[in-house]
Amino acid sequence: MKGETGKIWTLHLAVIAALFAAQFLLPQYHATNLARIMVLAVYAMGYNIAFGYTGLLSLGHALFFAAGMYAMGLPIWQLEWLPVPALILGLVAGGVMAGAVGLLALRTAGVSFMIVTLMFAQAGYLTLLYLNTWTGGDEGFVVERAYRMIGGVDLAADTPRYLAALGLFSAGMLGCLWLVRSPFGRVMVAMRENEERSRMLGFNPFRVKLIALVISGLYAGVAGAAYGLLFGYVGATFATIQYSILPMLYVLMGGAGTVLGPFLGALAMFYLIDIASGFTDAWLFVVGAALVALILFAPKGILGTLRERGLKWLP
Amino acid sequence: MAALMEARGLHRHFGGLRAVDGVDFRLEQGEIHALIGPNGAGKTTFVSLLSGRLPVQSGSITLAGEDITRLPAHARVKKGVAYTFQITSVYPRLSVFDNVALAAQSAGARDLAPAVAAALARVNLTGLDREMAGNLSYGHQRLLEVAMGLALQPRVLILDEPTQGLAAGEIEGFKALVRSLVPQTTVLLIEHNMDVVMDLATRITVLNFGQVLATGTPAEIRANPAVQEAYLGGHDD
Repeated sequence: MKGETGKIWTLHLAVIAALFAAQFLLPQYHATNLARIMVLAVYAMGYNIAFGYTGLLSLGHALFFAAGMYAMGLPIWQLEWLPVPALILGLVAGGVMAGAVGLLALRTAGVSFMIVTLMFAQAGYLTLLYLNTWTGGDEGFVVERAYRMIGGVDLAADTPRYLAALGLFSAGMLGCLWLVRSPFGRVMVAMRENEERSRMLGFNPFRVKLIALVISGLYAGVAGAAYGLLFGYVGATFATIQYSILPMLYVLMGGAGTVLGPFLGALAMFYLIDIASGFTDAWLFVVGAALVALILFAPKGILGTLRERGLKWLP
Repeated sequence: MAALMEARGLHRHFGGLRAVDGVDFRLEQGEIHALIGPNGAGKTTFVSLLSGRLPVQSGSITLAGEDITRLPAHARVKKGVAYTFQITSVYPRLSVFDNVALAAQSAGARDLAPAVAAALARVNLTGLDREMAGNLSYGHQRLLEVAMGLALQPRVLILDEPTQGLAAGEIEGFKALVRSLVPQTTVLLIEHNMDVVMDLATRITVLNFGQVLATGTPAEIRANPAVQEAYLGGHDD
């Protein structure tokens, strides 16, 4: 056990170190991509906590991502808030939204849960459009560069932006690692594996799933807020179904129920789309083909397959 | 002796089927109480009502004087009513350690490793903690199920057909284990193996068609003509 803990920490800290080094080694185009990928990976980590570890297949996470993004962006845009409190509000908004949806949606399970979460997310998207005088509607709005300064550091500049994304990513990943290795993490997995058995061990399924969903929402919320702040744009696109599906694809590709899977999946999917769209307009076809291949040959994703083939200690 | 768990007038009907039909039942502190009866007599339904897996239609259940009739199953577990499944229900894709640790942490154990080791030692599964539960033999999975029950540190342990599928040698070990649990833990045992029942039980309740046919010591039950008619006569396994 002791040796494994050492290996696990070494691996995850090495990933952070490698990402830190990458900004000096990569051309700027790819470094900016990587900053985006790291923020999206935080979103996917949150999705993974609900789906990969607790077994909650949601189709409505874009609602939590957008809640974070708008709760950060609107106070800056409309009320001239400073970025730090706006970011915190984004984090909280994701969690609160997930809690509110969870209180209702967790009365269902399986396919019904997917449909109910999808429905809530669509309602959220339509609300953003409907209230376009306050939200900017489908055009969205730009977060002005002047409002993206934290303590004299300009988050719109390449290096601070990369470091901010890396900082958020590191905190998210280490938090996730701690969570899934904690007693509560074990209960989340137990709920995924066999809810009835877990109930008969004294765990309240509703409570466990609600907590997991709220944690998932906090991740989605802070990722949405950071995405808007670091890249300077808030828009209703981020509340569409596409942004509910993306984290699921990242997680499936990287390996559901693995700590590093969401990042690997986001990285692979981002570049798959980037490269495919350079060749053809039908890049969605390439993504679809990749997913079919994944489901056929490695249904547990990249890291899930590696874990099965010998790296049993991977968290 | 005081009743640790008591049921009064329990009913549970499924459509026209009266699975449990007005059962009064007392579980005394520290006893090993066996529940027997022909297939379909309502034994599993009855303990499902006690453990909260099924809601009661009418009647009441108390635990140490406290009414728990409306408590959900997970809350009853926290109060000390543990149920081990008839069909082995461990988490096959989790390690043996994690299976038992879940029960131990539910019971509030601070230090999981010694709590898990203690529960595994009691069922003789020491050293298997890193194994995936699904890779264990059937007999070992049954014992793991019991270890999970023990790690909950229950006041009442309900064992639903625990010896089903165990080899003869394993059954001897199992009997010794159950004996070692009382009187700290009270055991309610559903069992088809009459040798185990007659050997272990301090008292026996016989269910038939959802009703209590008789309650008494093994000797009294053996001598009861109604029980012989309904049950013992045709089965001597």
